Amino acid sequence: MPAVIYNEQIAEGVYRLAVEGSYAARMGQFYMLRAWDMYPLLSRPLSVFNVEDNYIEFLYLVAGEGTAIFSKLQAGDEIMLEGPLGNGFSKSAGRTAFVGGGIGIAPFYYALKQVPEADVYLGFSREAYLVDEFKALTSGEVITNVGGIILNQVDFNQYDTIYTCGPHKMLEAVQQKQADSGTAADVYVSLENRMACGIGACLVCSVKCKEKRKKACADGPVFRAEEVVFE
Amino acid sequence: MINTSYTMAGVTFKNPVVMASGTFGFGKEYGTYYDLNRLGGISGKGLTLHPKEGNSGLRVYETPSGMLNSVGLENPGVAAFLQEECPRWEALDLARIVNLGGNTLQDYIEGARLIEEDAIARQQSGRPAVDMIELNISCPNVKAGGMAYGIKTEVAREVVREIRAVTTLPLIIKLSPNAEDLVSMAEMCETEGADAISLVNTFSAMKIDIYKRRSVFNNLYAGLSGPAIKPIALRMVHQVCKAVEIPVMGMGGISSTEDIIEFIMAGAAVIQVGTYNFINIRAGIDLVDGVECFMRDQGIRSLDEIRGIL
Repeated sequence: MPAVIYNEQIAEGVYRLAVEGSYAARMGQFYMLRAWDMYPLLSRPLSVFNVEDNYIEFLYLVAGEGTAIFSKLQAGDEIMLEGPLGNGFSKSAGRTAFVGGGIGIAPFYYALKQVPEADVYLGFSREAYLVDEFKALTSGEVITNVGGIILNQVDFNQYDTIYTCGPHKMLEAVQQKQADSGTAADVYVSLENRMACGIGACLVCSVKCKEKRKKACADGPVFRAEEVVFE
Repeated sequence: MINTSYTMAGVTFKNPVVMASGTFGFGKEYGTYYDLNRLGGISGKGLTLHPKEGNSGLRVYETPSGMLNSVGLENPGVAAFLQEECPRWEALDLARIVNLGGNTLQDYIEGARLIEEDAIARQQSGRPAVDMIELNISCPNVKAGGMAYGIKTEVAREVVREIRAVTTLPLIIKLSPNAEDLVSMAEMCETEGADAISLVNTFSAMKIDIYKRRSVFNNLYAGLSGPAIKPIALRMVHQVCKAVEIPVMGMGGISSTEDIIEFIMAGAAVIQVGTYNFINIRAGIDLVDGVECFMRDQGIRSLDEIRGIL
């Protein structure tokens, strides 16, 4: 089992976890993590924050029992990773924006390494974090918002590709804004559904889409914004 | 040489580890993690005659040592299974069980008939893909029918009798722990000509969001599985094993080699593993290896030596 290299708190309830090893993840994919034996029952899906030659990083918010256990991990502790899983972001074309709300900024750090000229929109509810790190990765703009609505600062008509990740309500608003703006951009949402198997077998993370139901874990977590039917 | 195999109704399970319906898809996903042919068997995702979308809203909620699910039998329908999945199943060397559910008696019968016709055609061309039918009369997440059939013995009798008349395939009846009288239900299955019984399906259960003041599930109740239910499931399997002669497939929270041995000592012919697949993605292989290791360690040459000793 791989070991934790560091697990630093970078804001209230927000941690940056590094795990040793060599990883071949694409941007927007995720891993199922567990740092315990039988309890809690399920592993936790976390999207890839960063990949380096001999370690991988995750950014997570303490939201329940599992992430609370993660937050107590120390360097040298063992953790199990299953992945990379999910479809990830398709290769971006043209002018690109990454729009993250809260812990939804997590997948865009690694994505910026692949699209280093993209603009980044980071929305926080109470305090901003990692803004300088994002700035260091892009030749584009980094726009932040604390306590407001980050989406209001994005002009959908300025871009060819827009990737978004954040709370359910934000992603619903993304879909609305896509329709209202009449943008020709390809707009994507990355969903954070609760999962069990993580590989497409159990159907508990099902997403209602216009054509049919899809699996957040195996067909997603990244979907075209217009295809999702928010329930 | 140790012997882990068991043969029922002419179908051989090379070991007692069978993957439970609804947790394993049709095997494709887990098949990328290990060789499915190492397993004793697989019970595919529960099918209904027509494709089913399943339940809306939240479908999973974790509980202490367990989980609630409210999938609601989302599945592609019998015909799509026969066309799209069976070609892969044809090549598998393990006991292949198709799990069939339904909302109405007519749907059950029509679904079983399609499976039967396909099985006969495949038999004739020497390409069988399904070895047994597991009749699900016990899904707690489907409002019409489903569980209703699994609660009252006399209601269940009708569907078991009708399906028995439709199919020549070995027939397993999957029982609900929510049945009014589990032992009478099992005895009825035996009387009506079932070849085996599997139990338990999930326990009907509930979770309330106290801030929203509503159930977290749109369907109100959901099915509880995982280690939390194992001791109750074990007792139920033991009771049913004492009551019937036909083989029993035991399940309910099995998450270790020790759990498997307990169910076999309680009388189970083979066991099924469900929720543990989510804890350990290589559950199947680990448990198959674990049983062999336990037998070597304990000097057990055949599981018959310990089956039903309690």
